[in-house]
Amino acid sequence: MVSMPVLVLEDIDKSFGGLKAVSGFNMTIEKGEVVGLIGPNGAGKTTVFNMISGIYRPSSGKITFLGDEITGMAPYLVCQKGIARTFQNIRLFRENTVLDNVMTIFHPRAGYNLLDAVLRTPRFKRHESAITGQAMELLSALGLEDRAYDKAMNLPYGAQRRLEIARALAGRPRLLLLDEPAAGMNPAEVVKMVELIKYVKEKFDLTVLLIEHQMGMVMKLCERLVVLDFGQIIASGLPAEIRSDPLVLEAYLGKGAAV
Amino acid sequence: MQKSKWGSFIIIAAVTLVVYAVVRTLETMGLIDQYWQRVLDQALIMTIGALGLSIIYGFTGQFSLGHAAFYGLGAYSAGLFSKVYNSDHNLLLFMVSLLVGAAVAGLVALVIGLPILRLRSDYLGIATLGFGIIVKVGMDNFNKLIPALGGATGMSGTPQLANFDWLFIVALLVIILVRNFVYSTYGRACTAVREDEIAADVLGINTTNTKVIAFVLGCALAGLAGGMYAHRYPFLHPSSFDFLKSFDFLLVVVLGGLGSITGTVVTAVAWVFLLEVLRFVLGQTFIDFRGVIYALILIIAIIVRPQGIFSGREIGFLVPKPFSTLVGRKDGVNAGTGS
Repeated sequence: MVSMPVLVLEDIDKSFGGLKAVSGFNMTIEKGEVVGLIGPNGAGKTTVFNMISGIYRPSSGKITFLGDEITGMAPYLVCQKGIARTFQNIRLFRENTVLDNVMTIFHPRAGYNLLDAVLRTPRFKRHESAITGQAMELLSALGLEDRAYDKAMNLPYGAQRRLEIARALAGRPRLLLLDEPAAGMNPAEVVKMVELIKYVKEKFDLTVLLIEHQMGMVMKLCERLVVLDFGQIIASGLPAEIRSDPLVLEAYLGKGAAV
Repeated sequence: MQKSKWGSFIIIAAVTLVVYAVVRTLETMGLIDQYWQRVLDQALIMTIGALGLSIIYGFTGQFSLGHAAFYGLGAYSAGLFSKVYNSDHNLLLFMVSLLVGAAVAGLVALVIGLPILRLRSDYLGIATLGFGIIVKVGMDNFNKLIPALGGATGMSGTPQLANFDWLFIVALLVIILVRNFVYSTYGRACTAVREDEIAADVLGINTTNTKVIAFVLGCALAGLAGGMYAHRYPFLHPSSFDFLKSFDFLLVVVLGGLGSITGTVVTAVAWVFLLEVLRFVLGQTFIDFRGVIYALILIIAIIVRPQGIFSGREIGFLVPKPFSTLVGRKDGVNAGTGS
């Protein structure tokens, strides 16, 4: 059996009023790949993420995930199909505990109903204790188990980034979308984050698509890069090829930089 | 584990019985007269209704200015039911009409909640405010369709079946129900929606469903409180369920601290007593200054303690023990990345 691609985007266009944020976007991601989506600020990277995760509906085009069309599907259904993501500006459930942040995501498969919850039936206790255990395991995998009962907002920055990943993993994704996971981190932290993403990818058998500005990280982590500028793909290929592509250098550094 | 579980249960039961016994003893000793008994009962009714709004606003973050409308719907429908089907089977009648009150409020909440819960905070406030006004006008005029409702002249004739014992038991059950709801996957979904609706949605939570469940449950509790009110105070009047009453519920939830069951319960009781104490302190001449004083209390509280009196904290027994036996509560420092 030929394995089907995890994610296929075909001829995706997205305009906001007169502004074409993304146009003619095509991309295929195979199982187990780590693909980087890079480009200057405002190139449309996050817009692509928002279309994949269902926040925006593409103006035209088609998105297919593991053979099923998901174009314009509600975000929570996209996630239940197996796509989880993190956010560029961290979006944790700030007032809730670290453990609750992760446990929340088990909601669609909690295994008990409202009546079980209110009456505290044995079924509630069984499933709730299973969920707690699984959430603690995820926290341990990301080194957050000691902070389980702290409020998410009280974690240091790097730990908040890790918690976002733990929370995304709680949705049992097949595809993980990471929106600038190393934004605002120092070089030592970036190295740790690269290790962490590699570890998580192997442990949870994931396919990863990430947006990143830190070239060091992208080069170390990604097997393939897609470069976006003004909503269009200007280059794609191996990191080494991209690094010397004149169009890419021009997009990042301005005309004449490639000379 | 098993032992400590029973331990906390025994403490809860003991505290409850002591509170009940103290009130009962004071009553038989004549230290609580009819008047203060009524105030106490009103405080319990307020508690039940405010816990409903606590679910909607405190835990799910959905700003509602129409809570008294559901309280009123519950009061009128339960009251009407008892009045019409009045019989010798008092206990059964009482139970059924309380359920009718809660169900009517809950159903109406479902019907209006589905369209309006799509709105964001401020707009939702305006929509619920509008709904509250519609219900108030309805209560003023519905006697033209059903004469027994009494319209603007008020409704009487509901059998007075509720007493302190009933209110105490129902309030206790409601507190347990709200606690169990909040500390379940449903409660977590609610707080996730409150904290970040987009993140909740993208991470697989059906946010519309979650908001509707919270709204219907919260309004059904308002309806239950209304049903209690109708069976405790012989005269129902539309002015008891107007915008100012919604504001009362909102004040209690905000002053107590959003996302705190303890805060809502304590503030609800304290609020009702404060209003009555002010009645004595101010005397007949200055009674209208109550409005000034409680507005001032609100302003001062918002400035001094914007997070509310309890700011999301709970007293022990309102927080169930965590299920995990993997780790205990630790205050250690961050252990770094896992690999």
